[in-house]
Amino acid sequence: MIRLEKRPQPSRFWVVGAPVLAVLLTMIAGGIMFAALGKNPVEAIRIIFWDPLFSERFAGFSRPQLLVKAGPLILIAIGLSLGFRAGIWNIGAEGQYIVGALFGAAFGLAFWPSEHPLIFPGMIAAGLLGGFLWAMIPALLRVYARTNEILVSLLLVYVAEALLASAATGWLRNPEGSGFPGSRNLARNPGTDNPELIAGTGMHWGVLAAFVAVIAAYVIFSRHILGYQIRLAGEAPRAARFAGVNAGRLVILCLGASGALAGAAGLFEVAGPAGRISIDFNVGYGFTAIIVAFLGRLNPIGILLAGLLMALTFIGGELAQLMLGIPAAAIQAFQGMLLFFLLALDVLANYRFRWKREVAA
Amino acid sequence: MTALLAIEGLTKAYPGVVANDDVSFAIQTGEVHALLGENGAGKSTLVKMIYGLVKPDRGVMRLRGAPYAPAEPRAARAAGVAMVFQHFSLFEALNVAENIALGMENPPKPRDLAERIRKVSETYGLPLDPFRLVGDLSAGERQRVEIIRCLLQDPKLLIMDEPTSVLTPQEVEILFHTLRKLAAEGTAILYISHKLEEIRTLCDTATILRLGKKVATCTPRDVTAAHMAELMVGKSLSVPARDAHEPGAVLLKVEGLSVSAASPFGTSLRDVTLEVRAGEVLGIGGVAGNGQDELLSVLSGETPVAAGSVTLKGVALGALGPEARRGLGLLCAPEERLGHAAAPDMSLTENALLTGRGRKGLEARGFVDWSRTRGFAEAIIARFDVRTPGPGVAARALSGGNLQKFVIGREILQDPVVLVVNQPTWGVDASAAAAIRQALLDLAQGGAAVIVISQDLDELLEISDLFCALNEGRLSVPRPARGLGMEEIGLMLGGAHDMHEVAR
Amino acid sequence: MIIDPVTLIVALITVATPVLLAAIGELVVEKSGVLNLGVEGMMIMGAVCGFIVAHETGSVAMAFVAGMGGAMALALVFAVLTQVLMANQVASGLALTLFGLGLAALLGSGYSGLPVPVASRPFPEALQAIPVAGPILFSHSVLVYVAIALVGAVWFVLARTRAGLVIRAVGENHDAAHALGYKVVRIRFATILFGGACAGLGGAFLSVVRVQNWFDGMTAGAGWIALALVVFASWKAGRVLLGAWLFGGIAALQLRLQAAEVGVPVALLDASPYLVTIIVLVIISSDRRRAALNAPAALGRAFHAAS
Repeated sequence: MIRLEKRPQPSRFWVVGAPVLAVLLTMIAGGIMFAALGKNPVEAIRIIFWDPLFSERFAGFSRPQLLVKAGPLILIAIGLSLGFRAGIWNIGAEGQYIVGALFGAAFGLAFWPSEHPLIFPGMIAAGLLGGFLWAMIPALLRVYARTNEILVSLLLVYVAEALLASAATGWLRNPEGSGFPGSRNLARNPGTDNPELIAGTGMHWGVLAAFVAVIAAYVIFSRHILGYQIRLAGEAPRAARFAGVNAGRLVILCLGASGALAGAAGLFEVAGPAGRISIDFNVGYGFTAIIVAFLGRLNPIGILLAGLLMALTFIGGELAQLMLGIPAAAIQAFQGMLLFFLLALDVLANYRFRWKREVAA
Repeated sequence: MTALLAIEGLTKAYPGVVANDDVSFAIQTGEVHALLGENGAGKSTLVKMIYGLVKPDRGVMRLRGAPYAPAEPRAARAAGVAMVFQHFSLFEALNVAENIALGMENPPKPRDLAERIRKVSETYGLPLDPFRLVGDLSAGERQRVEIIRCLLQDPKLLIMDEPTSVLTPQEVEILFHTLRKLAAEGTAILYISHKLEEIRTLCDTATILRLGKKVATCTPRDVTAAHMAELMVGKSLSVPARDAHEPGAVLLKVEGLSVSAASPFGTSLRDVTLEVRAGEVLGIGGVAGNGQDELLSVLSGETPVAAGSVTLKGVALGALGPEARRGLGLLCAPEERLGHAAAPDMSLTENALLTGRGRKGLEARGFVDWSRTRGFAEAIIARFDVRTPGPGVAARALSGGNLQKFVIGREILQDPVVLVVNQPTWGVDASAAAAIRQALLDLAQGGAAVIVISQDLDELLEISDLFCALNEGRLSVPRPARGLGMEEIGLMLGGAHDMHEVAR
Repeated sequence: MIIDPVTLIVALITVATPVLLAAIGELVVEKSGVLNLGVEGMMIMGAVCGFIVAHETGSVAMAFVAGMGGAMALALVFAVLTQVLMANQVASGLALTLFGLGLAALLGSGYSGLPVPVASRPFPEALQAIPVAGPILFSHSVLVYVAIALVGAVWFVLARTRAGLVIRAVGENHDAAHALGYKVVRIRFATILFGGACAGLGGAFLSVVRVQNWFDGMTAGAGWIALALVVFASWKAGRVLLGAWLFGGIAALQLRLQAAEVGVPVALLDASPYLVTIIVLVIISSDRRRAALNAPAALGRAFHAAS
């Protein structure tokens, strides 16, 4: 019989090894899934993980996409990791992302067609504010009414989507769009554009912000008392209270920060790659970022790598859709599978498997 | 005559420790048999094997001559073995009858069960209302639930794990009366304890364990407590010593403090007033669940109160949080080591930061000075003889005694003006406990005031200058600890809780 | 503005049924001390499996079985992750939802808009024709009555039977239950699978009976509302029914208001079921003592037998 035995200390090897093994196992299980769909599994895996970066035909187009897709994922996941480490579960980043985009876009459109250099910074500030305010709803309700932040933040995603629909078809609709839903194209106006900073890299202000967020989070967790308090609150809430950590303040801080970052990610997206507010400009980054956060083990550097990997599966998935006709949903299932394997293998870090033969009495 | 339960060569090893090494002894029908040993001597592993919770690696057990190897507690209960646990076996949100039904194989209908509970509780002098929520019961009443749960199944062998640690002296008397009655009716009792006087009063035979091995079987009435202590510990322990002294100025004052319970089954503090002087040790006794945790969290700042109700050297700090109070010199060490006093998965260095942050200058402008923090952790480890490979080890990897030395040491090395400790030696081996008590006395000797909250009356009488008791959230008036008799202490602790039904 | 109260009530009961089924299952899961946030994922798996089987076999009964099976497969993954491999329950539940949404979309591609058989109604036309009471009481398909009966059954089992007592005990204090010899992991496996079956049934009802169609993301947060209902109900079966009908009422009413083109913004009407759920959650959670008393004490905590 196999038994689990708690390790006295978390294993350093498996803390790093588990995500790597999880990726490998997902490739195998994903291959089986693709085979079941009647596709060549080896080819599918190659197209998803190799071709976007190294194939002569596609790399030119898809390499820049890596940063475009990884940017928002990393930015949101870094914010989420603050809360997740403290046991504060913001799973409504998708909603904060939408509201941030709406605030930012509304700010930019209010001054349309001005090209004043302060408009774009103003839009970023509005995006941050929008996400922050949306996240304050679950934060304040948790602190002052003890309402479960998981449910509230998630339910607010649907509210944000309703808001987005009304914006795209109503109050932010392009007055020159002959009645079609969707706002003016922000990316076409130098005042509101979030441009590619270095040609051919996909690098835009949002990607830069993501890198800054990674570094900031790294410093917070390794050197700053706040990072210590966050970890303490997550691992031992009573000990945190004993240490003098103000739980309510932490909830507001973590939810506020993750909401603001998600809001900024939304703004960068809507002013750059997406270009405008449309009914479905959001493509689920807020949810995928949850996978990114866990896959990166809530560690800033890990999230950076996980964000790039997850971006790769998005791009590779689109490629596989194009080349092999693998449905987009298969990629979503693939990503979910990755999270399963990761959670399953997490056990290796804290427990040891032991063979145990029963002794006949 | 065959023994009721014969244990032969039981061995159980866990990674790194041999919990039981070739243990053999026998329990006779109608005998009260003590199993004596320090924390970590292997008592609980042994009884878990008898109760079917753990399987032995080697060795056999015989119940009335027949091989006995329970695969699970259910099998043990079916064979007539019942157990009263020290903790972890009641459900607070369920009522007494439901709790009892859960411990029975084929419980009767709820109404019949309630009737039987009433009957048994009357027969053995253990009054209990079957329909009350267990969460609302006192510690002593909860133990009655466990005992009645066992008695309803007519056990041949009743195992009791440290039953008196949650009782007042008066309640202990009642329990002993019940146990003697049971033994007279032919039930064997395996009585686990480390309290020697109790064993000498109650038990017919004693088996003594040390470091997993059986060191002796003796008749407790025929030997001295000191002899048994030596067998149990393996060496004679020094009694904490201090010089006589005059108390100084009042350092900490609590006045008219009332706090209502934060959780459904918590205890409200009612009009608590106390003061401690420099150089003084104030002992606060009481049965578990009478407001100890609540009092500690009021003093530590986890539960803020009106500013003026707690004052340190005249400074009102009732409204301040834990870190601000530490800055002023009021330090605390809570009872629960893992999860309250320390974070289990964090290293000792990180745990040193937990309370040492401000007072030890481990943080500047929000940034942590990790090398200083490690230095502080190393200082604690060195000063308090914490056995660990180094400060990078996770707190959960330490034994109870070592972690407790670390936790207490962490506070003492910060030069507290007032130190409050809750259950400083709970679950700690004897030599570590002695070291901790000595450290507390030395601290008081150096001019600090010390408040020790504990359920261990012997400990309190040993180190306190003044003694008072918490009972249902009320604190009695302090009395000099020297010369205080057990009878008086028992009354201060609330006598026998909820025994009015018997008196009626 | 013409809103007929009778058809509103009929619609309310239908709209409430999927959420009711999922919530009553989750209630049992939570009573045993497990928090499964994957209800949404299990529901949508139930919806897609039910719809596919209904279309392929033409049997509504088979569709319900398939819906339960699909969701239980996901629930099994959750059980293995959290009970055997001791994974974090919050993260595992989220994973279940994300994976379920993806897998369901994959399985269901190409099925959108295909016909499915109509679920039978157990009561004769004559009864259904009775004014007011007929449509409200007798016009529904079988599963609606099953769902209501299930609420009663869950209440009875939890409150009155030994099995229910054991489930509550495990959810209250798993260490004590283990010490008494109860198989904590096995019991939780069973409740998790039951929760999966209920969520799957709710999903299948949604796609096969109520909407009679399949499209991506069709559960639209119903699983999350079910989770909120359990909190709203303070873990009491009867109140889940009340909560589900309240939710169903809002959802049915807002659709009618939209159709009637009253002067309320559409976005607000669209969002109203979610907003009302949040408001109700807030009201319930603010009552500190009641919320704390009924919540299973071991909810969400991992159990590992120490020896």
